[in-house]
Amino acid sequence: MAEWKQTELEALETDLLLEAIFRRRGYDFRHYARASLNRRVDQAVRRGNLAHITDLISLLLYDDAAFERFLAQMSISVTDMFRDPPFFLRLRETVVPWLKTWPFVKIWCAGCATGEEVYSLAILLKEEGFYDRSRIYATDYNRRTLAVAREGIYPAAKIKKYTANYNNSGAGDSFASYYHAKYDRAKMHDGLRQNVVFSHHNLVTDAVFGEMNLILCRNVLIYFDQELQNRVLELFTASLCPGGFLCLGAKESLQFSTVADQYEAVAKKENIFRRIYSHRKERRP
Amino acid sequence: MSDGFRAVVIGASSGGVAALATVLGQLPAGFGLPVIVVLHVPEEGGTGYLPTLLGERCSLPVREASDKLPLAPGTVYLAPAGYHLLVERDGNSLSLSVDEPVHFARPAIDVLFESAATAFADGLVGVILTGANQDGSAGLKRIKELGGTAMVQNPASAAAEAMPRAAIAATAVDQVLGLTEIGRFLAAAGACSSPPTSDRRP
Ligand SMILES: C[S@@+](CC[C@H](N)C(=O)[O-])C[C@H]1O[C@@H](n2cnc3c(N)ncnc32)[C@H](O)[C@@H]1O
Repeated sequence: MAEWKQTELEALETDLLLEAIFRRRGYDFRHYARASLNRRVDQAVRRGNLAHITDLISLLLYDDAAFERFLAQMSISVTDMFRDPPFFLRLRETVVPWLKTWPFVKIWCAGCATGEEVYSLAILLKEEGFYDRSRIYATDYNRRTLAVAREGIYPAAKIKKYTANYNNSGAGDSFASYYHAKYDRAKMHDGLRQNVVFSHHNLVTDAVFGEMNLILCRNVLIYFDQELQNRVLELFTASLCPGGFLCLGAKESLQFSTVADQYEAVAKKENIFRRIYSHRKERRP
Repeated sequence: MSDGFRAVVIGASSGGVAALATVLGQLPAGFGLPVIVVLHVPEEGGTGYLPTLLGERCSLPVREASDKLPLAPGTVYLAPAGYHLLVERDGNSLSLSVDEPVHFARPAIDVLFESAATAFADGLVGVILTGANQDGSAGLKRIKELGGTAMVQNPASAAAEAMPRAAIAATAVDQVLGLTEIGRFLAAAGACSSPPTSDRRP
């Protein structure tokens, strides 16, 4: 019998773990990028004082509270207000003029984490004067972060960084006019939330969102393997109206994907793409 | 020590640009392994200028790593500022993450080294260069545990000695050398290596 290396055993155990989670809990992590997933599985094993990944399987199959904790740990929700200011500047300069030509603008912010990106977008729409004829669908599969996003309350300690980001994003006003600070918290103004619909949506297992003009999905696809990236990008393509825009994170690209030929790059460096009108393959689920 | 090297990972922090230039400068064109590098840089500054800067000082192409980028031999990949850089477990491609910083660093050397150790096992050479913190020690230890080769810059010759010292304390390091010697060792390792595509397991 061939000798098994430790890493090969762990890879097998991880496959079994992900299969078990999928079949027992319905969450499908089987096509998440393994390298960073391994780190979090390792952490869960260590935190639970367990000897092997296989011990984690029985824990997560039987213990609901342990599974909830695991789920929270699996969702990396690190985010910022106006993260990558040059991206927001580019969005303003290049995409907004097109968006304004549509009578009603539907925007999907997929993987919105704790909502900072959503409020940034809402501020941008307000300043550009078409917030009132827009709707933002903000989704994530993490219910805990979605609850934070709905509240829109953030640590005051982060305001300094957010203000700097805002100022570098081509913004026209003062960031202080969008929140109310109290003690160590800052609450975003209710008006920013008015046309936002927060909802639970899992990009791996849930369906298409209809006829979006703009989709933002930043720093989410890096957690998926190429096959799952392709599947999710096809979901986005089916959810975008012809001529609609797709924005990815600063280090994400369509380059190695199956949908590359259905988009043109609007801003290469900032990863803003536009769905081409012609020769589009219609995908109806 | 394995004779079939498949990749090199290097971690450097303060004083790292000059140190990297010296090490990479020793690698000849046609070097047979991918070289994957984490250099601590301030998140705001970015790494945009580094590939050009280092590229001018060595014979290999130097590029910033992007998500799902396939690894090619004889190419140097630099982690972008603000992202962890990881090697996927098949050893064929890179991925990025925005997980929390490790040791206040993102990119963190530990994150790269631990993932690369899993992917390449005894086919990996890990190198810790100058730096003023502890990052990389846990990763280098992991590389040793999985049969890889560990090299550390001689602390006495390092611009900042804390990181090399911590690495030497963390594990049984194979070689403690000056920068030029590290470069020469790597050049030899990359010259006699089997091509990375040849899978040594059935
Ligand atoms: C790093 S955050 C990105 C937040 C924000 N878009 C940004 O760029 O700052 C990644 C988010 O993706 C979410 N996510 C991961 N897998 C998902 C899935 N299958 N469906 C929906 N959201 C997912 C996580 O819960 C997390 O909130």
